[in-house]
Amino acid sequence: MSITHETTDDTARVGIEGELTIYTVAELAAALLPQVGAAARLELDLSQVTEMDGAGLQLLAVIEREAGINGTALSLTGQSQAVTQTLQLCRGAAL
Amino acid sequence: MSINLDQAQQTFIVEARELLQAMEQSLLQLENEPDDQDAIGAIFRAAHTIKGSAGLFGLAPIVGFTHIVEDVLDRLRDGDIAVDADLIALLLKCGDHMLELIDVVASRGEALTPAALQRGEALREALGVYHPLHATTADAVTAKAADGESAEVLWHISLRFGADVYRNGMDPLSFLRYLQTLGQMVQVDTLTDSIPALENFDPESCYLGFEIDLRSTASHATLNEVFDFVRDECEVQITAVDEAPINPASTGTELVTQAEPTHRSTAPQRVATASEAKPRDGNYVRVNADKLDELINLVGELVIASAGASLLARSCNHDPLHEATSTVSGLVEEILDGALHLRMIPIGDTFNRFRRVVRDVSQELGKDIDLLISGAETELDKTVVEKIGDPLMHLLRNAMDHGIESAEARRAAGKSSKGHLSLNAYHDSGSIVIEIADDGAGLNRERILEKAQERGLVASGAVLSDQEIYNLIFEAGFSTAEAVTNLSGRGVGMDVVKRNITLLRGTVDLDSRPGQGTVVRIRLPLTLAIINGFLVGIDQATYVIPLDMVQECIELDEPQRDSSREQGYLDLRGEVLPLVHLRDHFNHEGPAARRQNVVVVRYAEHKAGLVVDDLLGEFQTVIKPLGKLFGALRGISGSTILGSGAVALILDVPALLNQLVQMEARTAQAPQSPLVVAR
Repeated sequence: MSITHETTDDTARVGIEGELTIYTVAELAAALLPQVGAAARLELDLSQVTEMDGAGLQLLAVIEREAGINGTALSLTGQSQAVTQTLQLCRGAAL
Repeated sequence: MSINLDQAQQTFIVEARELLQAMEQSLLQLENEPDDQDAIGAIFRAAHTIKGSAGLFGLAPIVGFTHIVEDVLDRLRDGDIAVDADLIALLLKCGDHMLELIDVVASRGEALTPAALQRGEALREALGVYHPLHATTADAVTAKAADGESAEVLWHISLRFGADVYRNGMDPLSFLRYLQTLGQMVQVDTLTDSIPALENFDPESCYLGFEIDLRSTASHATLNEVFDFVRDECEVQITAVDEAPINPASTGTELVTQAEPTHRSTAPQRVATASEAKPRDGNYVRVNADKLDELINLVGELVIASAGASLLARSCNHDPLHEATSTVSGLVEEILDGALHLRMIPIGDTFNRFRRVVRDVSQELGKDIDLLISGAETELDKTVVEKIGDPLMHLLRNAMDHGIESAEARRAAGKSSKGHLSLNAYHDSGSIVIEIADDGAGLNRERILEKAQERGLVASGAVLSDQEIYNLIFEAGFSTAEAVTNLSGRGVGMDVVKRNITLLRGTVDLDSRPGQGTVVRIRLPLTLAIINGFLVGIDQATYVIPLDMVQECIELDEPQRDSSREQGYLDLRGEVLPLVHLRDHFNHEGPAARRQNVVVVRYAEHKAGLVVDDLLGEFQTVIKPLGKLFGALRGISGSTILGSGAVALILDVPALLNQLVQMEARTAQAPQSPLVVAR
């Protein structure tokens, strides 16, 4: 699992590579949650996510909620098949 | 965490394979007795457990497929569909496919081969015939109205997961995935409002909840079972939604009341199966085979060490010490027996595996063949059991393919059209004997002899007993027999069978009667590690004879000594007993001892006397294999270390006897002359 991160102007771009599961959420949460609210726009790239479970879904939901609280515009710029399938399963609960 | 899951998954794979094996057994049992409710129950339980555990690991393909199988089994259990040959054949194939799916998991996620996927699809379709829902999608409504029990119900499932769900290795989403296989998910609401504020948010705790509307034919009980694994840490509410009925004839309330009785009737059943399974789980502990080997090795060393200790104690003339060491050696002996017993497993499992083979091959060949199994409880060493499977399979296939004739030929020969094949195992003088017998046409003696002479395996003038001729088919050169009508193929690979058995220190021989059948007898040692030995001395050297083969010991007195030396045999109560003078055999120099003894040994049907100087008594012997350098040595099977630290050689009695038999065969040419080797 690795996180890529770059900020241009008022947009923070964050890409997650590897698992978005219970094994990685703690690390991801520590790295991502402070980003929310740091810039006006947050773009999440999930195209390199290989696996996603309930814990991952929950983290995305928290990011979404926090973005709403902080007035950050959140957008998904890419999603892998694993992400798409998971979101479909729970009818895009988050995002 | 991931390591634990990995281990759990390994256990799942092992258990699933065992369950599938059990399922196959029960299916075959069911084929013979279609009314056997126990067998149906066992099959259902196997499938159900596999599905449940697979769901736990999120193995969707296994869950999906097994679920369909389980549905059919459920209907079978309720008596909605009857057992017939087609269904059994289909379910057997389903078992195979499940094994394939599990193998994919075992080999770490490599995808199924396209052929296997196709097979899976075909099986799903075939199963659909037994499944009212799949069979009648076109006119579902009317069919269901007629069926009355599998009508679709809109269920509302409300789930609130506990905080520790992730930490316990479960994923709430896998339940959703599983529910998808049960029916159509009309609506899913993911509830995230119980996620606490950022300061208190722990990404590894679960705060999720789901509200699901599921349209499914599954009963309340089936849905309820889905959550069996998380019941402790998850709030589950399943209710039937009172919606406008699809079929005007059935109202929502009716559907609910329909669902209830099934729920009530399955609940006590499940309790019964749980209590059945529990004691079985308690009885067994899974142990790595390597650990067991290590233990046995250590016990072997312990035996040697304790023998050394008691030898010292004896020379000390200290009574309490002597007593203590003898208690210790008594205990050590018990430990040894116990340790060896750990490795012993009944051969029945291996035998039962062949039921399926016999069933499939006999169908393939269009012959009606029955397999009779006896002596399944006979125990032998695990390593031996594992390695004997392939040779047995080969022999069985051979017997079915070439031994048992077609039904017409059997009727023409005045036999029942059903062929019989029997597998039998029993203990006999320290070895286990496995017999594979068929009631087929038997071997053609002349053809074999002709063939053997042609191939130069037998000199043209040689006279051989029937037995010897039949056993020629185990010769390497024989397997390449060209198509010879009633001999074709027989013997193909038989040399490989023989080699495998020889590697296990076993022997194989064959007996055949024209028109009545053939018996192949495999004789194997019970264990490969330790034997009870009988110590004998020649000069200063000590030899070990496996005690199981020792029949009796007699003193060789002066007059007998001279006559027996000339003739090479002894008159044992009217029986001719050939003698082997071990002193000469192993080239010990020096004059013979003043007193000599004969140890009478028996292996299979051969008997002989071994002439030695001293009889030293019993000794538990840990077999140490000889180095490669001595690999070609005949008549010695290994070595052991005595309590005194001296090395003793273990005699290979079967090889010695064989040498003797061959020598006799060379000198005695007339077939009718009394065999010198006592039978």
